[in-house]
Parts: sequence; C-alpha cells; structure tokens
Amino acid sequence: MLGRDPAQGGPAVRESLGLMPQQASLYPDLSVAENLRFFARLYCLPRALFRERSLRLLDITRLGPFLDRRADALSGGMYKKLALACALLHRPEVLLLDEPTNGVDPVSRRELWALLYELVHDGMTVLLSTPYMDEAERCHRVGLIHHGRLLLDGEPRALLAKFEDETYEVEGGERDRVDERLSSLSDVHAASPAGSTLRITVARGSAGTVATALTPLHASLRPVVPNFEDLFLARVRPEAAA
Amino acid sequence: MSEPSIEAVHLSRRFGSFLAVDDVSFSVARGEIFGYLGANGAGKSTTIRMLCGLLAPTAGEARVAGFDVKSAPESVKSSIGYMSQKFSLYLDLPVRDNIDFFGGAYGLSGPDFAARADEVLRLCDLEAERYATTGSLPGGIRQRLALGCAILHRPAVLFLDEPTAGVDPVSRRHFWRFIRALAREGTTIFVTTHYLDEAEYCGRIGLMVDGRLVALDTPAALKRRYVPGRVLAVRGRNLASAAASLRSRSGIIAVEPFGAGLHLQVAAADWDLASITHALTNAGAQAVEVEAGEPTLEDVFLAVVARPRDGEAHAP
Ligand SMILES: Nc1ncnc2c1ncn2[C@@H]1O[C@H](COP(=O)(O)OP(=O)(O)OP(=O)(O)O)[C@@H](O)[C@H]1O
Ligand SMILES: [Mg+2]
Repeated sequence: MLGRDPAQGGPAVRESLGLMPQQASLYPDLSVAENLRFFARLYCLPRALFRERSLRLLDITRLGPFLDRRADALSGGMYKKLALACALLHRPEVLLLDEPTNGVDPVSRRELWALLYELVHDGMTVLLSTPYMDEAERCHRVGLIHHGRLLLDGEPRALLAKFEDETYEVEGGERDRVDERLSSLSDVHAASPAGSTLRITVARGSAGTVATALTPLHASLRPVVPNFEDLFLARVRPEAAA
Repeated sequence: MSEPSIEAVHLSRRFGSFLAVDDVSFSVARGEIFGYLGANGAGKSTTIRMLCGLLAPTAGEARVAGFDVKSAPESVKSSIGYMSQKFSLYLDLPVRDNIDFFGGAYGLSGPDFAARADEVLRLCDLEAERYATTGSLPGGIRQRLALGCAILHRPAVLFLDEPTAGVDPVSRRHFWRFIRALAREGTTIFVTTHYLDEAEYCGRIGLMVDGRLVALDTPAALKRRYVPGRVLAVRGRNLASAAASLRSRSGIIAVEPFGAGLHLQVAAADWDLASITHALTNAGAQAVEVEAGEPTLEDVFLAVVARPRDGEAHAP
C-alpha cells in the first residue's frame, strides 16, 4: 500500500487511506448531521471544506431534507448513502470501498459514480468491490475473483474483446417456455431477462443449433454486443455448477 | 372472483410529522409476482411492515391472506413469510439450527416439521451446507437460507424486501428461478429490488415516489407510457462529454449512463442509428457503436423517479 506493507506501515499508511467497510457502522442514535460532523472531526476537516463537501454529498445522496433524522430511522438505502457520504468527506490518496452501493437506488448510483470519476480525475486511487456488473464495466480495470482465485484481470473493454462466447437477444416466443427450453441446452451458458425478452450467451459457433431448438417456439436470435454481466455469468458458471 | 391475496386501501403511515406512506391503494392476486419499486426512502419497507402486521397503519386498511392487518395481525403473521431487508439469521448458528429456530417461531415441530425442513434444504439447494456455520457462508447462500426460513410454514403470501441486495449475478438467477417456481404453485410474491433487470419477472409493478404510489401496471405498459421514444444503446470512448452536447438537440428525450455505455432515448422521427453515430462522432466520441435496444424498466425508473433536486440545501 503506497509502497509500504499495510500491516507494518502504521499511521503513515492509515493517514493516506480511506475505508468504507461493507457493514457500515454509523452512530444509530446520532442524526444525519451529527454523524457527518462526527466524521469531519475525526478527519480534522477544516470548516469551509466540510461545508463545501457536505453540501455536495447531501445533494447527491438526497439526504438534505433529513438532516435531523436519527441514523436508525433511515431507510436501508439512506443509511448506506449516509455511510458513503461520511467516508467521502475525507479525500485520502487511496480509497477502499467494500460494496458501497448495495441497496442504493439506480438514480443515486449514477450520481455517486459521477462523483467517483471526479475524485479519480483529481488523483485519488479507488479500489471497490461490487456485485453490480454495470459498475464493474465503469472501472478502468477489473479483477474477477471467484472462490478466492483471480480469474480475470484487465480493462473491461479488453476483457470483453477477448470474450469467447457469443451474445444474443431472443425475439418472439413466450419467455417462460423459451427459458425452459434454453435451460436444457448445454451450449447456452447464461440466460438473463432483458426488457421483456431474454438475453443469452452461447458457446461460439453454436447459435445455429440453439436457433433450431427455438424455432418450434416461434422465437429467433438477434446478435447483440456482449456486456460485462454476460462475461461474468459465462466465466463463473462452470465453477458454480461443480 | 376469489378474494385478492393482498389488498391495501388508502394505507398511510406517519412518523411524527413525516408521511412515509401516503394514501396507497392496490390489490395483488393469488400467485402474482408483484414488484414494488422506488428510490431510497420512498416507503417500500414501511408498506411491507404494515402488510406483515408488524407496524400499525396511521390511516387506511389492509387485508392480507384474508385477514385484517389491524384487527388480526397474529393471523396475518402466521399466513405470510417475510424476508426483511435487515438480516434476520443467527450467524453463529449452523444452517440447520436456524431452520429449527424459525420453525419453532412458527410453531412447527415433530416428524412433519423434520420432513419439511429437509424438503426446504433440498429446494433451496442447501443440503451440502446443513452443518456449516451461517456466518461463514457467502451472501448468496445466506440469502437462500433466509428465504428457506421464510417458507418453512408454506405461507400463502411471501414478502421479500430486497432479497437479492449484494447478491452476485449467478446467485440472483438461481434465486429468481426459485421465486418463479413458488409463484407458479400459487404463492403470492410481493418483492422489492433495486436490480431492475430482475423486476422484469414481475407480473405487475407499483412505483413509489415520496410515499405515494404514482404508477401501477405491467412492465410492458409502463414502458409504453414512460419510455415513448426509441432506445438506442451506445458504446464507445469519450462518450460522456459527447453525449452531454447532444442533450439539448431536438428529438433527444433522455441520455443516461448504462454501464460503460449510454442509453439514448430519441424520437424515432428525428434520429436513427446512423445519424446518432455521426452526431456523437462529430462531438468527439470515438469507436462509437450504436444498437437498437429494448426499453428496460431502468429507463422507466429513471423517467419516473429522477426528479429535480430539493431546492435550497443547508449545511449540516
Ligand atoms: N421510525 C421512523 N422514524 C422516522 N422516520 C422513519 C422511521 N422509519 C422509517 N422512516 C422514514 O420513512 C421513509 C421511508 O422509509 P422506508 O424504509 O420505507 O424506505 P424504502 O422505500 O424501503 O427505502 P430503501 O430503498 O432505502 O430500502 C424514510 O424517509 C425513513 O427515514
Ligand atoms: Mg427498504
């Protein structure tokens, strides 16, 4: 970590490091405003900076109208966003975020990502874990870890360019029947809902066989550009089935 | 017509002067998968807690599985399964002991219960984890256990409050396969989620904004109503700034980041794949690929829920 062993680095490493653990620990009996002020003091944040940053964070998290509400009376996602706001008050060189957006709604997730990009643009290094593959795709680099082993490491676009499966959207047919038929075909590596239809990844070269199997159901295949979730599903599947 | 499984009539809940759920009415039929969506703090969990007989409404009424939540909360509780947003399992107990604990809470015991416990372990694919300490299991497996505990007593109605939060894509698919099977067998499912791809499996969806139910319909009808334009999925480099310059052009209805790319919602009369590619390239984007996309529920959510910011902000 910053050239030092984090276990030995002591205060020098800790000072340049920010952490948001998965199980955030705010003070349940303090209000939104009190929690923010508490963390600002912990980071020795000057008043003007605190004002500027907290206004921005309250805007993004939409917690502004709830300054006086106790943390234990917040909804699940509001609590998570308050924890994130507290962690982001401080601008460390390296920020570690362990699943920061679980339970956060799609609107706030977009705004938080815009802020993360700004922080990175200003020179911060961010390492985050996420179960959302749309977020994985937004990282400069991703590592895919499964059962403790790093299966992939690289730039999302580069990893996708090397992806060996093909991705299709199913057109027509009745979704549940199509889904059932597909689940019996070993060339189909993953099926996901996409709009009202299904999106599937299949072994390269097997689309013809799959399409034939779907013809009696009045469904056909349309090729689409693979995304990171397709890649995840195809890579993690063999181990999951074992 | 049989009685609906869930019926809420002018249901409201106030906390002090704050109205968390504001005059909500809907009904859900037996065997339906009903999705309840909304931004953080919209009032989803509060509604669920009222429907489960855990929190008294401050106004209005609700009947669940034939019982009134105000006058017969105990009957409601024994007819429903509830997976709460907060974790309810005992992490230091083995899987099997958690099952026994929840079975006991529902008053189940004896050989019938032992057989049911085995059946649930098999259904939820937890047989190999029977003796594992719950806290040592990954999130996706714990979530399956929480679901197993909620269905031990074969409830007619199942309330799932963000059952897949933090769960990886593979486990989420397993989970939903199971939920759909339960619904086919007649269990009514009331579910909240912030993963809008899986909400596509709901028969109907209610959308909450600031405590009010602002829309309720099938996914297809919601898309027709709230995503009137054509959706184009765009990938490429330097997209964000190029897309920002498109925002003000006529016929551009919405520009939203989706993963590393964008969804553009455009008026079909003004734009096609080629003209969008051209416009983005002119605005500085590179390696632009545009595909016709189907509108998703996430497009609907952004159209309904994304709202202007609340006026003046005050520093804490
Ligand atoms: N005991 C309470 N006292 C005061 N306000 C409360 C209390 N319980 C809930 N609220 C408020 O009610 C609103 C709705 O909360 P609820 O938990 O229902 O939201 P939600 O839609 O489930 O959100 P999320 O997506 O974040 O889970 C929030 O503003 C919350 O802070
Ligand atoms: Mg909630």
